Amino acid sequence: MRSRIFTTHHRTLGIFYLFLALAAVTVGTLLSLVMRLHRVWPDLSLPFFGAMKPEDYLALVTMHGTLMVFFVLTIAPQIAFANLVLPEQIGARGMAFPRLNAAAFWLTALALLVLLAAFFVPHGAPISGWTSYPPLSAVPSAGPGQGAGMDLWLASIGIFCLASWLSAVTMLTTILGERRAGMTWSRLPMTVWAWLITSILTLLVFTVLLAAVLLLFSDRHFGSSFFVPMGDLVNGRIVGRGDGSPLLWLHLFWFFGHPEVYIAILPGMGLATSLFANFARRRPIGYRLMAAMLVAIGLLGLVVWGHHMFVSGMNPYAGTAFALTTMAIAVPSTIEVLCWLAILWGGSLLLRTPMLFALGFLSFFIAGGLTGPILAQPALDAYLHNTFFVVAHFHLVMAMAGVFSIFAGIYYWFPLITGRMMNETLGKLHFWITLIAAYGTFLPMHLSGLAGEPRHYERLSGPATSFPALLPVERGITHSALLLAAAQLIFLWNLFASARRGRIAEPNPWEATTLEWAPESGRSRVERGPYEYEIPANETNFNPQWERAAKEE
Amino acid sequence: MHTPQMLLEALRVAWMPPNGALHGIALDRLMRWNLIALCICFLAAHVWLIAAILRRRSFNQTTIPAAFRWIILTSLCAMYIWMAITAQRLWAESRFVGPEPEAMQVEVVGQQFQWYFRYPGEDAAFGATRPELVNAPGGNPLGLDARDPRSADDIVSSVLVLPVDREVDLRLRSLDVIHGLFIPGMRLKENAVPGLVLHVHFTPSVPGAYPILCSQVCGSGHARMQAMLSVVSPAEFDTWLAARQRARAEKAAP
Repeated sequence: MRSRIFTTHHRTLGIFYLFLALAAVTVGTLLSLVMRLHRVWPDLSLPFFGAMKPEDYLALVTMHGTLMVFFVLTIAPQIAFANLVLPEQIGARGMAFPRLNAAAFWLTALALLVLLAAFFVPHGAPISGWTSYPPLSAVPSAGPGQGAGMDLWLASIGIFCLASWLSAVTMLTTILGERRAGMTWSRLPMTVWAWLITSILTLLVFTVLLAAVLLLFSDRHFGSSFFVPMGDLVNGRIVGRGDGSPLLWLHLFWFFGHPEVYIAILPGMGLATSLFANFARRRPIGYRLMAAMLVAIGLLGLVVWGHHMFVSGMNPYAGTAFALTTMAIAVPSTIEVLCWLAILWGGSLLLRTPMLFALGFLSFFIAGGLTGPILAQPALDAYLHNTFFVVAHFHLVMAMAGVFSIFAGIYYWFPLITGRMMNETLGKLHFWITLIAAYGTFLPMHLSGLAGEPRHYERLSGPATSFPALLPVERGITHSALLLAAAQLIFLWNLFASARRGRIAEPNPWEATTLEWAPESGRSRVERGPYEYEIPANETNFNPQWERAAKEE
Repeated sequence: MHTPQMLLEALRVAWMPPNGALHGIALDRLMRWNLIALCICFLAAHVWLIAAILRRRSFNQTTIPAAFRWIILTSLCAMYIWMAITAQRLWAESRFVGPEPEAMQVEVVGQQFQWYFRYPGEDAAFGATRPELVNAPGGNPLGLDARDPRSADDIVSSVLVLPVDREVDLRLRSLDVIHGLFIPGMRLKENAVPGLVLHVHFTPSVPGAYPILCSQVCGSGHARMQAMLSVVSPAEFDTWLAARQRARAEKAAP
């Protein structure tokens, strides 16, 4: 029993990670539903919550964001999926450091528990948002939840940094050192390229986040003043002793925060490429170009953090510089999208459930990606910053695209893990309701944002605002969000029912070419590229990577 | 008289609140063209996607001509460059260049959960403030230092009143945590950061009342940290300022 729980087997750990992400996404979704209900019916008294106080709403926002960004979008597409199939995809026997890898999982689980514990301490969870800007986050008296709750948040993120560091070292070493003979760079599946880049990004940016978290902790407890300026007066008491700068936190945080969104989305981009090739039965157009563009997105992602800070008081010339680097990142992203559209143009796509979710990923990536160039313009961002327009943007391009890539991966690899197929009818039903409800939830938020509605407002009233006109839109969003959450019950049912009673899968059900589908006997030198689908002589033929090149007629 | 008003109406993006600032006309036009261009891209990509889904495979025509690919990529890149340049010009006009010397000075101070607006008075200079003197119930919410003669005629208000068609230079401060000054009708947003004094300038061009919001989460009262901007005629502004000055003098007299 002990060995089954404290396993070092990478695939089992991958399943553990998926269940951890499932727990986090369940809590995070419930929190967002409470927020949506409260926005539309502010006086509604909910079970467990009672009448909601303003700080309760902000605590929900903070915990929703933290759970989703760290424990769902960082964990599932990157660490969980890499543990499921990365060693097999490159023909390795396992992960490079199995014990470190297992330790990373248990640290992640600990981080999740510490975070959730913040709900149960006096004054509850922190209220400063997932970005935790000081001095609000540096001074316990600045608001309810900024005492013990904030300390737990910092502890949780600190532990999470260590955990993701360990898994990134493991992944990176595995990809660099454990590839089977013949698995050259140009034979790597695109998912492996994505994991290679995200593990490098993780090492670089979570290090900075850990440093920032430690400095903030030191400001709170050891009397330092990295982020609190001289003479800062919070709640009637002067707390600024040294002469720190809140802007320093913004720089450190967003140096982490922006690459973080690429850590969340790059694995989805890699997986979409694999699935498009598989279900279109075509080679990707420009494999080398697409891999190079993933690298370019990762590198450029390190130098765009200032676009979160156009109106933060940063030097306006720096705003121009960051706007140009941000606009530059649109170019590799556009090339990726055009390459995908070009693969798909072949037609006769096999619209199985994993493919549908990959297409949904592409649709959201385009929809959310296109508002990126608007927000990259400081002049326009000076109106849209921190409005619902931004909420719509990142929920489409990061959250929905990310979640659809997670669904695509689960539907695709389910037969590999369980030996059974998930139900196609339920899968398609799940896809269509989720797609429509997700657009119904997040597209109208652009309108709220253009109307000037800020984020983090717990109700649309107040002495000055004229937001009541937005209430119909808000109601529509809430109904759509409820439908979106309800549709996930179909998925859960399908997941658990298919694991027990699903149709037995044949060995390579999707007729895929990458090595995770190789039979046990087919473990030899790799002599083929990852996506050899298009064999001119015979349209249904394909050459898996585990077959010898000599077999080709 | 009606023509400029109608022009403004036509230029603003539906859903955005009416614009009342001089720079807002160009900004709204830019916003509109951006939204149109990106909506077209969104629709085109999805038409392509749906066509690809409906298409049967035909083996003589599965690849797209290279020239076509380059045309699409180049035109999209040209669009990004156009966006970068046009937006930078607007940004540079409002942020790289300071206000005119005769711009009116107003200080905006954020505090959990209230905006204060300070006018420098006749000496056109803000008096010194010290955080340890802050005492809102005692009538000194900003901690004005009475020993500084320049502070004697400073006026602190909870509404922002501005004369129409005169440039204003806002001096942004915060006493405690980061706040975000957001005036949707003036197309203006800038954070108020403790420890920093930041300047933004604009010219209100349409009289009216505009909400002022806090756009950076600042604590439990964040959503109710709202105030009003009232843009009035120069004569009305002078009357308002004189009344505030008299009230201040009367309070100081006994």
